[in-house]
Amino acid sequence: MTTLTKEAGAPRPAAGDAFLSVRDLHVSFKTEDGIVRAVDGLSFDLDRGRTLGIVGESGSGKSVTNLTVLGLHNPMFTTVEGEILLDGKELTTAREPELEKLRGNKAAMIFQDPLTALSPYYTVGRQIAEPFRKHTGASKREAWDRAVEMLGKVGIPNPGQRAKDYPHQFSGGMRQRAMIAMALVCDPDLLIADEPTTALDVTVQAQILDLLKDLQREFGSAIIFITHDLGVIADMADDIMVMYAGNAVERGTVDEVLRAPQHPYTWGLLNSMPRLDSDVSVPLAPIPGTPPSLLTPPSGCRFHPRCTFQDRVAGARCVTERPLLAPDRDSACHLTAEQKRTIFIEEIKPRLG
Amino acid sequence: MLRFLVRRALGAAVILFLLSIVTFLIFFGMPRDPALLICGKSCTPANLENIRHVLGLDQSIPEQYWLFLQNLVLGSNDYLQGPCPAPCFGYSFHTGEAVWDTLIDRLPTTVSLTIGGAVCFLIFGLGTGLLAAWRRGTLIDKAATATAMVVSSMQIYFLGPLALAILVYQMQLFDKPAYNEFTKDPVAWFGGLVIPWVILSTIFAAQYTRMARSAMIEQLQEDHVRTARAKGMSRRYVFFRYAWRGSLIPIVTIFGIDMGSLLGGAIITEYTFGLPGLGRLAVDAVSFSDLPLLLGVMLFSAAMILLFNIVVDAAYAFIDPRVRLS
Repeated sequence: MTTLTKEAGAPRPAAGDAFLSVRDLHVSFKTEDGIVRAVDGLSFDLDRGRTLGIVGESGSGKSVTNLTVLGLHNPMFTTVEGEILLDGKELTTAREPELEKLRGNKAAMIFQDPLTALSPYYTVGRQIAEPFRKHTGASKREAWDRAVEMLGKVGIPNPGQRAKDYPHQFSGGMRQRAMIAMALVCDPDLLIADEPTTALDVTVQAQILDLLKDLQREFGSAIIFITHDLGVIADMADDIMVMYAGNAVERGTVDEVLRAPQHPYTWGLLNSMPRLDSDVSVPLAPIPGTPPSLLTPPSGCRFHPRCTFQDRVAGARCVTERPLLAPDRDSACHLTAEQKRTIFIEEIKPRLG
Repeated sequence: MLRFLVRRALGAAVILFLLSIVTFLIFFGMPRDPALLICGKSCTPANLENIRHVLGLDQSIPEQYWLFLQNLVLGSNDYLQGPCPAPCFGYSFHTGEAVWDTLIDRLPTTVSLTIGGAVCFLIFGLGTGLLAAWRRGTLIDKAATATAMVVSSMQIYFLGPLALAILVYQMQLFDKPAYNEFTKDPVAWFGGLVIPWVILSTIFAAQYTRMARSAMIEQLQEDHVRTARAKGMSRRYVFFRYAWRGSLIPIVTIFGIDMGSLLGGAIITEYTFGLPGLGRLAVDAVSFSDLPLLLGVMLFSAAMILLFNIVVDAAYAFIDPRVRLS
């Protein structure tokens, strides 16, 4: 469970004792046009055995956050501030060799498109065996056997034979299974899955999600699950963090966020989701406007230019003051708790059906 | 693989056949009479007629072409100069020597120049390119890129005499470039060719630097390279095992083309350093309207280019497993 340390409003809350603890993370890129603030003051915690779902549009900073956790950003163009503590170890200041020992070993990553994310030049078995050899010092033979064992574990039939195949000889779903086998080969404590099912068709998607859940039960890993699919989140995650323009705007358990969402952006996400049981004549309601440029982010609440409820906050606070987000169940919005509740029940919920 | 090679070899034979026809037609389309050239100043119509007959130029073009093909495949004993075993390109109009023997005689110079030059430009070019990619954005990268730009805009006929003037005549560090047979005296062979190698390699090296750098930078941004980093593989390992492997395809492609054309003769380098290679032979053949020699050099050069095309295509299969299986 995410740690519920109440430190609302504190500018730089101390790191909790959670397994993964991110505190006041700022990530910015130098580009030709200026500095892009991709992540702007993000904090969250994650414990072993739990799954945190991160939801948000493209460019909301989901992937950047997680690449930064593993130190996979390009240090030449990127500035990272804040703290990332993994099992008590500070990662933002860690040196490259230490990060290398950690990647694929203690913390592993699954990427979105398994066709481009696996090298076309080496066999699947070799690519799975490689990190195992590196991190455990196993022999070539042992690492290969381990790779075959992992392929079997993720449900690839005839793994001994298939390990000798190249990624292009695998189907999309099998490639993603191979990718998962590769990420889990060293029994990582933290698994970051960056839209692992987006490139797959729905039936395969369900299989992969089940596989991830089974493996989590077996290995007890903590999982960060990045997606823009709320349906997948509902199925996978224990906790949800909704991100918008480099910030977390709402967080809570899956039940809390999906049953009683508090943030206008989360309402927008739910509204724009097609439902099987809704009337086909009712059009989807996309969030008006476009995600803001992170070169010149809007003042105050980042969401205010697209927010239909900002006139209900007195004194134009939405434009001038940035709403804060407490570490536990909360939403970063100037609407009062009472307003959020009534708006959701009276105006949003009926539309969701 | 064998089927692939046989198919490509047959294709190459067809191309060479067509090329020989085109060469024939162009040769006879040129407003020059090789017989008149040989006949010289005190030329009588009878002489001219005689020369035409000896060279076989009094026959129709299809007849001449047929004879050429026949001689090439079967050889010929009809030449005044002596028997000409297959592959027979006949005897040079200009020197009177057997064309095939001349080619074989010039080949070691060209092969030596090509191999040495290739070793130089691969080491300098790829080495600099990889260094620039590894140190992308740093001063080293900028210096390497700028140097490549400057060097690639230089010309051999400028750099060559400059190197000769400074290194050979002024400082007397090296011998005057010359071709010495490797089997007789390897040291002299090396000493005589080292300046031509380095000068020949400069223009190529700069091209390989830029190519290696951009290919590596592109590869380093690939998803699978990021995955390898996310697995905890070291930067060096990822650079050489993952990114380099992907950069090989464009590099090998260009390398094959360069090797093919270099083996057909490096005309400017050979002229600059006075080396008797195939490039000079080609120029001589054209300027003396020497049809047998011209055909010999043309077909030989074309065969080299075609050969390396096949080698490159076969190499793809070793580099990329997706090619191997499709």
